[in-house]
Amino acid sequence: MCRLAMKTAAEPFSPYTVLQAMEAMQEGYDGSGLGLLLRGMNFADFNYQAGEPILSGIAHSEAALHRLNQMLQDRGFTLKYDHEFQVRPELIEAKDRHKYFLRVYKQPLSWKEWSREQVENELMLTRLALREDGLRDNDLTVFSFWPDVAIIKEVGWPLQVGDALGLADNRITSRICMAQGRQNTNYGINLYACHPFFIQGVGTMTNGENTAFVPIKEYLTGLHRPGYVGYQSDSEVFAHILHYVTRELKLPLEAYKHVITPLKTEELEKHPQGRFLRGLRDACRRMIIDGPNCVMGSMPDETCLLLMDTKKMRPATIGGRPGEWAMASEMCGVDAMIPHRDKSLDFQPMRENTVIVPAHRKEFVIWSQFDPYPLHRAA
Amino acid sequence: MVSIRSIPSTPSSLTYNDLPWIIEHREDRCTLCGRCTSICPTQSLHLTYHRQRMPQLGILKKKRGSEYRVFTGIRQSTSLEHRCTGCGMCSMVCPNEAIGPFPNSNDDRARFHSHQKGEAWKRGGRRNDRHSLLDQLSFNRISMLTDPALDAGRHEFYLNTILGRVLPPEEYIRRQAAGEWIPPTREIFPFIIGSMSFGALSPNMWLGLLQGVAYCNEVLNIPVVMCTGEGGCPPWVLKSPFLKYLVLQIASGYFGWDEIIRAIPDMQCDPAAIEIKYGQGAKPGDGGLLMWFKVSQLIARLRGVPEGVDLPSPPVHQTLYSIEESVMKMIQTLSMAWDFRVPVYPKISGSTSAKAVLNNLVRNPYASGLLIDGIDGGTGAAYNVSMDATGHAIASNLRDCYLDLVAQGKQNEIPLFAAGGVGKNGNVTQNGMGLIMLGASGVHIGKYILQAAAGCLGNEKNRCNVCNLGICPKGITSQNPKLYRRLDPDQVAQRVVDVFMGIRTEMKKIMAPLGRSQSLPVGMSDALGIGDEPAARRLKIRYVC
Repeated sequence: MCRLAMKTAAEPFSPYTVLQAMEAMQEGYDGSGLGLLLRGMNFADFNYQAGEPILSGIAHSEAALHRLNQMLQDRGFTLKYDHEFQVRPELIEAKDRHKYFLRVYKQPLSWKEWSREQVENELMLTRLALREDGLRDNDLTVFSFWPDVAIIKEVGWPLQVGDALGLADNRITSRICMAQGRQNTNYGINLYACHPFFIQGVGTMTNGENTAFVPIKEYLTGLHRPGYVGYQSDSEVFAHILHYVTRELKLPLEAYKHVITPLKTEELEKHPQGRFLRGLRDACRRMIIDGPNCVMGSMPDETCLLLMDTKKMRPATIGGRPGEWAMASEMCGVDAMIPHRDKSLDFQPMRENTVIVPAHRKEFVIWSQFDPYPLHRAA
Repeated sequence: MVSIRSIPSTPSSLTYNDLPWIIEHREDRCTLCGRCTSICPTQSLHLTYHRQRMPQLGILKKKRGSEYRVFTGIRQSTSLEHRCTGCGMCSMVCPNEAIGPFPNSNDDRARFHSHQKGEAWKRGGRRNDRHSLLDQLSFNRISMLTDPALDAGRHEFYLNTILGRVLPPEEYIRRQAAGEWIPPTREIFPFIIGSMSFGALSPNMWLGLLQGVAYCNEVLNIPVVMCTGEGGCPPWVLKSPFLKYLVLQIASGYFGWDEIIRAIPDMQCDPAAIEIKYGQGAKPGDGGLLMWFKVSQLIARLRGVPEGVDLPSPPVHQTLYSIEESVMKMIQTLSMAWDFRVPVYPKISGSTSAKAVLNNLVRNPYASGLLIDGIDGGTGAAYNVSMDATGHAIASNLRDCYLDLVAQGKQNEIPLFAAGGVGKNGNVTQNGMGLIMLGASGVHIGKYILQAAAGCLGNEKNRCNVCNLGICPKGITSQNPKLYRRLDPDQVAQRVVDVFMGIRTEMKKIMAPLGRSQSLPVGMSDALGIGDEPAARRLKIRYVC
């Protein structure tokens, strides 16, 4: 089963510290992949300005890199910073890694007048175009193209991948780091199958397997939204559902749990907004997941969330102190990330809970599905 | 040329050996009690005198030759009207195991003579085809790795489905905010007792079913609903709190709707749904047919017709010009009758044109679902040829419709219900869950519930199948009190409860190894496999061997 670790702190930290936490939980994965999502970026060699899109991915050949440069240039992007990883290729299993790129671009001047929504859509469409281009010959992999977010994915053992890319050198730090050590399940070892999954600022990672994957995938695909593609892993639907709920339906974050794991009918009958929630459950029934899963996510405003599926067979723990919080699928992972904390305040969410760490990081908040639902915000 | 009349043979003369069922009677065990002859629904058995030669073996005696014994024995009729239907009631009542019908392994010559007096053969029951594609489906995606199989006995499972139109999420939220109408939905058990009319079933059978359904709902928390079929239901039911477990059917004869409409002001609750019957899997293109001998005083009263007349419903609704028009008119009218609080959905026979109907419904904001009834569906009365050879198998028909909705991102907005052959060989849960994973939101069961809950004697080898004649030997489909008094409603209710408890357990036993428990696995086609490669290709599921 995959292992998950996530840390959020007011002060940027190196992703390597999270990889060390992965090491503490190493019984649970098989080295089939590591995924890292960094948010709230800070580069030692570059003064990053908020809002500038960061492109993350791998070019598997020089020709692919050339094509990538050309495509971005054609679309009017200007390269501002190209992070050079201190790569040790001998530590990497795959042999077709021409260049790991993590680049900051300046967005086209013509976008200046555009609304935020327009810009965000265009950024996604650019990423999808690059991805599609890369899939033609499987020589270009693009994980994200978004302000303030970097994603690194590679096949191999997490710490080894961290060493291979020189992540211990503190040249890249971030306020949020999500990491997943992958246990390969039904699906082939594929870079796009590695968590965390990302779409328009929304990132999630999951452990366990979602057995309702196929009907959910069919539904999301049938919505014909440009970003709802991929599905090399059953867990990608979690990110897309979170995106759909918060961005398309414009529902508050609380709604996410009500969509993927709705309360039972008899529970909804006693709920103060039971009627609305029952209708929501019916309308969104095609997105009900069937775990066991633990889901961790982060939102564009640096809010982080942690929740379980209803079966709650994948416990996770959150712990920390004001200013820095860690979540992990195993308690030892939290210990490794924030050893000096009051462990008595650690919390393991129940089936009805969503744990939220707001952007201010002073505390974490526990929401329950049984709590009144903020209807006014729903409208 | 004048025929020889000394040999008693006409073109339609048959011997017992030409009939589909041969009665084997053991004279040595028979006590001539007469129970078999009196219970035989077709009066096939009759007492008659027989003469038996008693050979004289005394070789020393001067008198040669044989002596003869005359005795009373039982014989079967060779006339088609009184042929043995293989129901086996004779063996059920025989105290000495002296009699019973056996299928004739010889060719059934009787078939060639069934058009007596120019009337094509009619029967009730089923298609008489043991083959079932649904029986071949297996559930292969067993959770073995990071998603352990669940404990069917202790884990909590959500097994219910939704009947009624579900809005796209955006539209639901918009209408909620604007305070607009949200289409009604019902949370029901996905195995529904299919439409069998109050005229087709005996009062005791109907009462037993309703009692069982009420018990499932009120005591066991299994929200089973049953469909009335055409012909309404007794006024006391319409005005009772049990109405919420009933799907009222309106069909082309509109039988029973006077009573229903008059009862609306006195209804304590809304019905579960309204089903508009456009077609039926067993006899597509035919309307309902209630033979005159089943139109008793009670049935006549409920249907608002004279007693003892044939009640054929027209093949189509007479007020309509096309199904599109009908869908618009009837769905809206019936929705309006209950102030848009009750789901209204059409039932059609399986057909290559089902997708066209479906797409029409998708665009109708008041349509609440679609029930497709496949060729293996049963009926109370139909022409042989309709039942045997007209219609469309349910599996591919349903799958096509579901995948059509998937392509539009509208799966389950209009829930699809499937019927026709679910549990025909007894594997009701396996068949039903197979259809659900192919895309059905639920299934309707008719014949199975008659067999399991009331001991219907019919099978796929043309046993009994006399539902059309009002002579049902178990009292299930007869309006003759002498017959239906054989059936105890309490015992039927008990069996209904047994059946649904059994289905509930089996559903868990199917879902647990698949790792599913949070929602009904509608469209979970990755779980299905079949050992028939062309069928796998057609249904877009995995071929396993």
